[in-house]
Amino acid sequence: MKAVLARDLRLAWQNPGETLLTLAFFVLVATLFPLAVGPEPDLLRRLGPGVIWVCALLAAFLSLPRLFAGDYADGTLEQLLLSPQPAAAWVSGKIMAHWIATGVPLTLLSPLLGLQYGLPFEALAALFAALALGTPVLSLLGAACAALSLGARGGGMLLALLALPLFVPVLVFGAGAAEAGATGISPAAHLSLLGAGLILAGVGIPFAVAAALKIAVD
Amino acid sequence: MNADKPQMNAVKAKATTSPLPSMNFFHYSSPSTFFGLAGRLAPWFFALAALLAVAGLYVGFGLAPTDATQGEVYRVIYLHVPAAWMSMLLYFVMACYGAVAITFNSRLSAMMARAIAPTGAWFTFVALWSGAFWGRPTWGTYWVWDARLTSELVLLFLYFGFIALANAFDDPRRGDKAASLLAIVGIVNLPIIYFSVHWWNTLHQGSSVKLTGTSMHVLMLTGMLLMTFACWMYAIGATLTRVRTIILERERRTRWVRSIAGVA
Repeated sequence: MKAVLARDLRLAWQNPGETLLTLAFFVLVATLFPLAVGPEPDLLRRLGPGVIWVCALLAAFLSLPRLFAGDYADGTLEQLLLSPQPAAAWVSGKIMAHWIATGVPLTLLSPLLGLQYGLPFEALAALFAALALGTPVLSLLGAACAALSLGARGGGMLLALLALPLFVPVLVFGAGAAEAGATGISPAAHLSLLGAGLILAGVGIPFAVAAALKIAVD
Repeated sequence: MNADKPQMNAVKAKATTSPLPSMNFFHYSSPSTFFGLAGRLAPWFFALAALLAVAGLYVGFGLAPTDATQGEVYRVIYLHVPAAWMSMLLYFVMACYGAVAITFNSRLSAMMARAIAPTGAWFTFVALWSGAFWGRPTWGTYWVWDARLTSELVLLFLYFGFIALANAFDDPRRGDKAASLLAIVGIVNLPIIYFSVHWWNTLHQGSSVKLTGTSMHVLMLTGMLLMTFACWMYAIGATLTRVRTIILERERRTRWVRSIAGVA
C-alpha cells in the first residue's frame, strides 16, 4: 500500500500539470459565478459555501477518469492484481494518492475563495473542515465509479452519470456545514455526519473498487 | 461465454431425464428452461394486475370518501404511493439479483437485474410525476428541494446509471457484473429515501401507514393496497416479459433458440 501510494505521489509530483489544472478549474468556475449572478456582497455571501462546494466537487471529478486508466492501459493494473498483497490495500493507497493530489490542494485553496466571496471567519473554518472531511469521500466514491466504468464506451459521460448522484449526500452535508457556519449555528452535526460517511466509505469502498477492478481485467 | 454452454446443456439433460424436474432446485436457473416458465407466468401476472387495478380504482374513486382537508386531489395517492413503494422495492430486488449474480456468477440473475431496471425507473418517474401534480394544488408548487424528493430523484439517476453501465461494454457479461456491483453500492440510498421524512423535518409529510396501525380511512387504505398489489403484479409481469427478450438476445446463437425460431 505504501509503495503504491509513494509511486502515485511521485508520478503526480513529476507531472504537476494535472493538479494545477484541477486547481485552475476550481478557481475559474468559482470566479464565473460572481460574474454571472452579479457582484452584490450579500448575495455572494449567501451563495458562497454552496458554490465553492459544487466547484470543488466538479474539480475533484475532473481527474477521476485517469485514476485507473493509465495503469489499465499499460498492464500495471493486471500486475498489481496478480501480486500477493490484498487488492483493497493498494487500492486504498491509490485513492489516498488521488486525494492528496486533488482534494488536499482544493481544501487548502478554499479559504482564499471564501474570502473573495466575503464569508465570515466561522464560515471559512466550517468550509475548510467540511472540505477536509468531504473530499476523501469524493475520492473514494469516485474511485469506485472510475473502476466500474473502466474500458466502457462513452467513459467520461458515463462516469458523470454514475458518480454525481452518489456525490449528492456529501454535497448536502458539506454545504450544510459551511452554511451553518455562515449563519452562526454550530456545524458540528453536519461535520459528524461527514466524518461518519468518511469512515464507512473508507472501510467499505476499497473492497468494492478491488472487486470492480477484478471484473475490469477479467 | 463458451464455458457456460456445456453446463447449461448438462442441466437440460438432467431435467429431461429426471421424472420430477421440479425436484431439481436449479431447474429454472438455466435461461432456456426459465424462458418457457416466464412465458407461461407473465400473462397471469398481467391479468392479475389488471384485475387488481380495476378493483383498486373502483374502491379508490367510487367508494372511498373525499379527504377532509385536501378534497378530491388526495386521490393521486392511489398511484403515487404504490409507485414510490415499488421504486424502492424494485431497486432492492434488483440489487439482490445483482448480489446473487456476483457471488454465484450466474447469468440468469444478472439478466433479471437488467430486466427489472427499466420498470423500476418507470415507477420512480411516475412517483415523481404524480407527486408533482399533487404538489401543485396542495403545496402550491410542482417541486421543492425536499429531502425525500431529492433522494427519489437520485434514485432515478441510479437506475439510469445502472442501465447505462450495463449497456456500456462490448462483452455483455462484463456489463452484467459491473452493473450488479453498482446496484449493490447504490443501495445505501434506499434507507435515506425511506427515512428522509423522519430524519429531516421538511415539506413531504410522514407516512400514514405503519405496521402498528394507520391514520387512514379503511376504504382509502383498501384502495391503496389493491393498487399496490396491482403495481406489484404488473412489475413482475413486465420483468418476466423483458427477461424473455433479453434471454433470446443473449442466447440467439444457441441451438434451443434456433429451434424455437424455426431456423435450422
